[in-house]
Parts: sequence; C-alpha cells; structure tokens
Amino acid sequence: MSALKDIDQQRTFARRAAMLVGGQILLGGALLWRMFDLQVRNAEKYAVLSEENRINTHILIPPRGRILDRFGVPIAINQEDYRVLIVPEQVRNLAQILSRVASVVEITDEDRARISRNRRRRRRFQPLVLKTGLTWEQVAKLEINAPDLAGLRIERGLSRNYPYDAVAHVLGYVGPVTDRDKRPGRDPMFDLPEFRIGKAGLERTYDQLLRGSSGTKVVEINASGRVQRELRRKPGTAGADVTSTLDIGLQAYLAGRIAKEKAAAAVVVDILTGDVLAMASTPGYEPNAFVQGISPKTWRSLRTNPLGPLTNKAISGTYAPGSTFKMLVALAGLDSGLIKPHTGFVCPGHFSLGSARFHCWRRGGHGVVSLHNGIKQSCDVYFYNVAHRIGIQRIHDMAVRLGLGARTGIDLPRENTGLIPTAAWKKKYVRDRWYPGETVVAGIGQGYVLTTPLQLAVMSARLATGKAVTPRMVRKEDAGLPDFSSMGINPRHLAAVQKAMSGVTNEPGGTAFWTRIVEKQFAMAGKTGTSQVRRITRAERARGVIRNKDLPWERRDHALFVAFAPVDNPRYAVSVIVEHGGSGSRAAAPVAKDILLTAQKRRSATVGPTGPAGGSGTKTGGKGERRG
Amino acid sequence: MARPLPLLRSGDTPPGLLDRLLRLRWTLIIALTLVAAIGVVLLYSAAGGKMAPWASTQIQRFAVALVILLIAALAPIRFWLRASVPVYLFAVALLVANALLGTGAGAERWIGVAGFKIQPSEIMKIALVMVLARYYHWQRHEDIGRLHLLILPVILIGIPAALVLKQPDLGTAVILCAIGAAIMFLSGVKLWKFGVVAAAVAGAIPVVWNLLHGYQRQRILTFLDPETDPLGTGYHVIQSVIALGSGGLWGKGFLGGTQIHLNFLPENHTDFIFPILAEEFGFMGGLVLVLLYAFIIAVSLGIGARCRTQYARLTVYGITTTFFLYVFINMAMVMGMLPVVGVPLPLVSYGGTSMLSLMFGFGVILSAHADRNEWISRFADEE
Repeated sequence: MSALKDIDQQRTFARRAAMLVGGQILLGGALLWRMFDLQVRNAEKYAVLSEENRINTHILIPPRGRILDRFGVPIAINQEDYRVLIVPEQVRNLAQILSRVASVVEITDEDRARISRNRRRRRRFQPLVLKTGLTWEQVAKLEINAPDLAGLRIERGLSRNYPYDAVAHVLGYVGPVTDRDKRPGRDPMFDLPEFRIGKAGLERTYDQLLRGSSGTKVVEINASGRVQRELRRKPGTAGADVTSTLDIGLQAYLAGRIAKEKAAAAVVVDILTGDVLAMASTPGYEPNAFVQGISPKTWRSLRTNPLGPLTNKAISGTYAPGSTFKMLVALAGLDSGLIKPHTGFVCPGHFSLGSARFHCWRRGGHGVVSLHNGIKQSCDVYFYNVAHRIGIQRIHDMAVRLGLGARTGIDLPRENTGLIPTAAWKKKYVRDRWYPGETVVAGIGQGYVLTTPLQLAVMSARLATGKAVTPRMVRKEDAGLPDFSSMGINPRHLAAVQKAMSGVTNEPGGTAFWTRIVEKQFAMAGKTGTSQVRRITRAERARGVIRNKDLPWERRDHALFVAFAPVDNPRYAVSVIVEHGGSGSRAAAPVAKDILLTAQKRRSATVGPTGPAGGSGTKTGGKGERRG
Repeated sequence: MARPLPLLRSGDTPPGLLDRLLRLRWTLIIALTLVAAIGVVLLYSAAGGKMAPWASTQIQRFAVALVILLIAALAPIRFWLRASVPVYLFAVALLVANALLGTGAGAERWIGVAGFKIQPSEIMKIALVMVLARYYHWQRHEDIGRLHLLILPVILIGIPAALVLKQPDLGTAVILCAIGAAIMFLSGVKLWKFGVVAAAVAGAIPVVWNLLHGYQRQRILTFLDPETDPLGTGYHVIQSVIALGSGGLWGKGFLGGTQIHLNFLPENHTDFIFPILAEEFGFMGGLVLVLLYAFIIAVSLGIGARCRTQYARLTVYGITTTFFLYVFINMAMVMGMLPVVGVPLPLVSYGGTSMLSLMFGFGVILSAHADRNEWISRFADEE
C-alpha cells in the first residue's frame, strides 16, 4: 500500500484514460461528421427522397366531351360506373383476389388472360383493371367480402356510352391506349389503364378536342400507401363537347331502313351547308362493346366478316357508280361542246367499236335517244357514244369537278379516294396503254371507275346547285352558311341534266318513275345505277343474260341511286348503295325515296315548310322543338 | 467546479447528508435532466403530439430515476465498493432467471418483476463495471502483468456475455465485452494481450458466423449494404437516414417530421428516436443533444480523473464509457454506420431499465465525486 505504488497506478490509469478519451473523441468526431454529411452536405438529396416517400401524384382524367347531334341530343355520353383494379406490387395473393371478385361479378377466362398478360407487360406499380362496369350494389358486396385484400382497389369512374347503335360508324368508339398511341410528350394520362382514346369515327377525328387535358392531384401518403390528405390539385381541362351535323332522328330512320339489307350504305347531305345529316352502313356493330376493350375473339370475328361490319362503307367502300355516272358524262360532253342537249344517238341495243360490242341494258335498244331520254331511260348506248366522242380525259376532269376521284375531306378517318382513271393513270399503275373500249365502259360508270357513296351524294349536291358543296360532320361555331364556290358549269347544261334527273323519277318511262315521291312539294330528282360486278360472256349473252335473282348473292349487281329533293328548290342530296341488291330502280331507289321523304317531313315538322332546314348554321332546334 | 471538501480521514464524522446533497455536481444532474427533457419532447412527437402513452410515463420514470440517482450519490463510495459484488451477483441472478423463465417467444430480453418489465442486461452493464473496478481495486498494480490474474475478470465478463448472447442479443454481448475490456485497459493490462484477444476473436468469426441466427446474419449483411433489402431489414436504416438527411440544418419543425408521422420509420420511440430530433430540429437540434452528451461525458471524465482511489476512477470511467458506447452505438446505428443492434439512446429512448440503471450509474459517479479525496484500502476494510 505504499503511496509510491499508488502513484504508479494513477499514472498508468491517467495514460490509459487519455488513450480511451482520445478514442472517444475520435468516434464522437466521426459521429458529428456523419451527421453533418447527412444533414447539411446531402440535405437536399434526402429531402427529395423524403418527399418521394410521402408525396404521390395522381393523374386526373378529365371527363371526355360529349358528342351531340345537330339539335343538341347527346349521342356519345359518359356513364358513371365502378371498376375493380389491382396494384400488382401490393398484391400478395392474386388467386384469392380473383376468387373473391368472382363471387360478386363474373370473371371470364378472357379477363384472366388479359390480367396475366398485362401483369407481365405493365410496370408493377401501375394499377391493372380487373373488371369494369360494376354497379353500386356489386361494389358494396365486394367491399364487405374483401376489405382486407392487399392490392385491391375500387374506383368510381366514367365510361363512354353510346345510346344509339344507329350512329356506330360515324361516331366510332373509344378504346384503351395501345403502345402505338403512345408517343413521347403525350399527356401523362395516356399511361393510365382507364384512359380511353378515340379509335374510329368522330371519336378519333376530334379526339384531341374531346379528351381535354389531364389534371393532377398531389396527395400525402403514409408508409402503407394510404392517402392522408390532399396537398394540391390542379384541375385538368374537361373535354369539349362536339356538335355533329347529324340529325339523330333521321340517322336512326336511315340506319333502320338499310338494316334490312345484307350490306348497304347511304348518306344524306344538306345541300346548302354540306352538313351530313345522316350516314349509315350495314352491317353495323355494338359500339359500347369496344369501350372496355373487346375480346380478341370478337375482334377477329368482326375483322374477318366478309360483310365488313367495322367498315363505314359510306366513306370507305368503293363501288363502280354505274349509271349514276351518266349525268357527269353528259355534262362533260356538253361542256366540251362536242354534244348539244339536243344531240341524238341511235340505240340498236349495242355499240360496236372495232370487233367489240358493248350492250345496252335493254336488249332491243331505245331507238333514237336524246340526252334527256338517255338519262331518263338510262340508255347505255347513248353514253357509249358520248364517252367515245369526248375521250376519258374530259370525263375525268368533270368527275373531279363534281367531287369524285379524290377525298371529299370529310372529317372522318379512313375516307377512300375512289378512282377516276385517265390514260396517264393507267400507264403508271397498270403499265399499259389506254384502250378506246375502256373509255366506252367508263361512259356508263363501269370499268376502272370507283366511287364512295359519300362522293356520289356530294356529286348529287353539286349537280343540284352547280356549287362545290363540301361535306362535313361537325359545324364550326357560328360560321353561318358556308359559301361554296361555283363549279363554273354552264347553267343551261346543268339545268338540262337536272331536268333529265327529274324525268327519271317524275316522268312516265323514267327508270324510277314507280318510286317517285307523289307529294309535289317533296318531289325528288334522281338517277338509278346498276353496276355489274361480273363479266357477262358472249356465250351468256347469246343464251340470255342470267337474271340477278338466279345468281349467288355475291355475283349479283350492286344497286345504286342518287337523288336530290325537293326538285324545284333542292335541299337534300342522297346516295344509296345496296351491295348486290340487283337493280338500282328496285333495290336502291325506294330507300332513297323513303329517306328523302322522311328528311323533308322532319324539316317541315320542325321549322315549317318555308324556314331553313333544321339548324342550318343557326341556333334553331333543341330537344323540345325536335320532338314537336 | 465544486468547492473543495476538507480532507477526510478515517474516523472523522462524515458531513451531514444535506451538506453532501448540496455539494453534489448539480451541473451534471441538470445536464442529465435536460437530456431527459429532450427525450420527453421527442416521445411527445413520436406519439403524434400526445403525452400518452410514452412521454408521461417517461416523466414518471425519470422522477424515480432521479431519486435513485440522489440516493446512490448520497451513499458513500466505500459503500458502493462493498456493494459491487452483491450488485453483480444480483444482475447475474436476473440474467439467469431471465434465461430460465423465458417464455420462449423469442427476443427474451425482459423479465417481469413485481409487475414491471425489466431488462437485466441493462443492469448488468453497470454491475459489470462495478465488479471489475472492485477487482482491479483489489489487485496490486505490480501484479497487473500476471496472466493468471486475468482469469477472474474474463470469467466475470464471460458469464453475463454468454447469458446475454443466449437471449439472443449479440449487440449487448459485444457491448458488455467492450465495457469489460475498457476497465481492464484502464487498469493497465498490457496492450499485447488485447491484441491476442482481438486476433482470437477474428479467428473465431467464421465459427461464430455459423452459430448466429439468420436474422442476425441478415442484419450484419444488410448493414454492409442496406440497399439490398429496402423493404426488409434494410428498411429501418434507409428510412432513418432519409429522416436525418431530410431534416437538413434546421429541421422540418416540431411535429412536422414526415418520415416519423407518416410511419415511414417505425419503432421511433425506442431505438430510432434520434431521427425524430434530427428530422424535426435538424442538424442544429441534433448538435445540441450531442453537445449535452459530450458535456456529461466530459464532466464525468473530469470527476474520474480527480478521484484518489482506483475503484472510484475505474467505476467513473467505466460508467462513462458505457454511457458513451450507448450514445455512439445508437447514433451510429441510426445513421447507418453500424448494424442495427438494439441499443437505446440513453435517457432519451423510451425504456425504464436503461434509464434507471444509467441514472444509478451517474449517482455512483456523483458519489465518487463527493468522496473523491477518500482513500480506500485494497480490502476496503476499516483501518
């Protein structure tokens, strides 16, 4: 216990204590440095990470604009419904979720396939739609049965709905975004599974307008992803309503009228405005089926159906115009000065060119035929002669002036150009010279000539007015009556053709006299067309041409009819095509007659006999008035 | 600084208790109280701005702990020297009881005593310091180099370490070894012997690795790279570091911590309480706490340096080192510098046993301070 040893011990302790304290200071310094590094030097980085933790941005899809008919009747609307979604990264047991949901609402094998397909393709945090269109009762049941299922979400949403099947082709439909629709810089709502874009028809043409732009909702979430509160909301822009030129009443009538045919199309155009009042194509489809995405099976069957239910034949179908082409050939002849209104040709029942013979539809011929009777009786030989005299180029030029051979510019996707041939065209695409015989058959709208029903309706409108009427599906706001320029056709020539068209329906001996409109104020002028889809051989002609009803459907002639009415103050132009319908006078003319009569009666019922046609660029119309 | 006390010789009547109470190092007690107050504020925040359930309980516990500190401080250091072995045996008994009475539900670190849940390993941290100090007080300085005299301290360390490791609590076992090593180091045990032990430990690592529980291995692996398991074991550390970093210099404001209040960082009232301070009060808030800790440690070390007896010196330094290890390991853990081992932030984390035993430890330090000039023989017998 000597004091010396005590001091020794204390010295050792002091030395060791200093080392220990030194170590503590070093470690403490390391702590402080780490703190400083995290909280001061890298504070921004961690601030971002912390915000990413708690902040979640939801894209808000604005309601899609409605599509209205010309009187304001909604023909494409949004319907509230509920949908079940799963968030793959939160899902622990998919089979369990599926079986619970299946106990409330049917889940088809197609749904299952779609889910597993999307589950592989999409990113794990993107919600997948399990089932849409649930009712409130179903949702309530589901919430009771499955409140504890991780990754299951129920959302209220709006689904597109089309109250009228009759407008299917014109309206088109909306569908889910495909990879093809995604382009960089697109609105972020394109990435949401419930977002729909226009895939066809007006929905597609006016998609940009209808869809609006997305808003955002910034929410704070907790660690389990539950929303705590909304921090900010930037409302998007709601989609604008689009008012179409359609008259849904007339449209429904028209669609119903041609629905009896196996395949047909018809268009009604307001001659003064170019407004397409009605446009229909048969067969059609159920547009609402597309909204949630149709099954591949249904899609395949629609696509491969030879009758083309998905095609809007009024703008995409092309047909040889047949005799409806004859007014145009007559005008081309008159315009060239090579024939006069009183020029006559002899129709012996056929026209010979070299060794070739071109037959008239009437075996015995028409005898001496004038221009008026040539159109009225639809004498083929008359127009063989005219065409042969003026040549294909003049026919082509007049066809173009009347709106054929090029897109009309209608605001619908997939419009076809049709075809008006020339020698140059043939050289370029067929790699052959033009033969005079081809001009002869073009004279009766056969051969290479192809037109769409809409083009033929536009042609009738132009024939009725002499102005370059241009069709449209949507009116510009407050634009008044469009000012169509004159086509520069001699009014006397035009009058002669119009008079002949009136003769077709209103004079005994006219090819459509039996389907004339008897009420004088509604009387129409028109032209039948029967376009051949097969070649009649010399042998058959010798035996006697087989009648249409004895042929298989797909080899029968197409029946066409173009018309305008009322005859003395034209307002409506119409074209009708009934595929393989036989003769134009029997299959197409009655349809055109009914449509024109309905259109005119609707007009007189809504605004009276003297007023402007329903809503022609003015604010007339409205639900009540329309019903009245 | 404390006023100098008259040199006491054995046989002198000790000064009255009131006098002793007034002469305690009150700055140390105030610093401890401030740290505890920060803890209460953080527990209030952790509960989402409520006193219940943690903050109010913590206040009551601190009040009890303060009484225990004062009682320990008023008792003479000689008493604590004599009590060292019984305290150690008591702590060992608790650990054994814990091991025997464990319900087998895993993570058996608590034992129920009279309705309270206590954590024997926390008591052991102080008891181990005391018993080793007692041993080296007894050992003659000239014998420090004798190898056989290392057997008893190694056993004294080894028993509780083994018991804690059984719980299984690797972190606390390592801390106990570190505390023991610190006392031996301060006593003057030759450095090369530590080197041998360190080498032996390094050699044992592969063996121990195989004995570790899966979750312990995972904790160590995740510590090495928390990003590998962002939703599992690494989640805590990642979220904790984000909480700290996003606090920035001045913090997000009291009760404004998003990491905490949106539950990104669970268990934030116990081991992960420092991120609350760092997130809501920023670097500055954290710095205040660290400086308070530094102050407490510095004052305590100052006390130890001035003690006349080896027991007092070793006890004071041992307890201070324990306290330092708590602070360092906890903070290093929440900052992602060390594996998550389950060490509370002293006096701040919600937890009774560690607070009571640490406050008791500081009571002993204060007792040592009051009796700093007293000399006590090897056998602590009255001379």
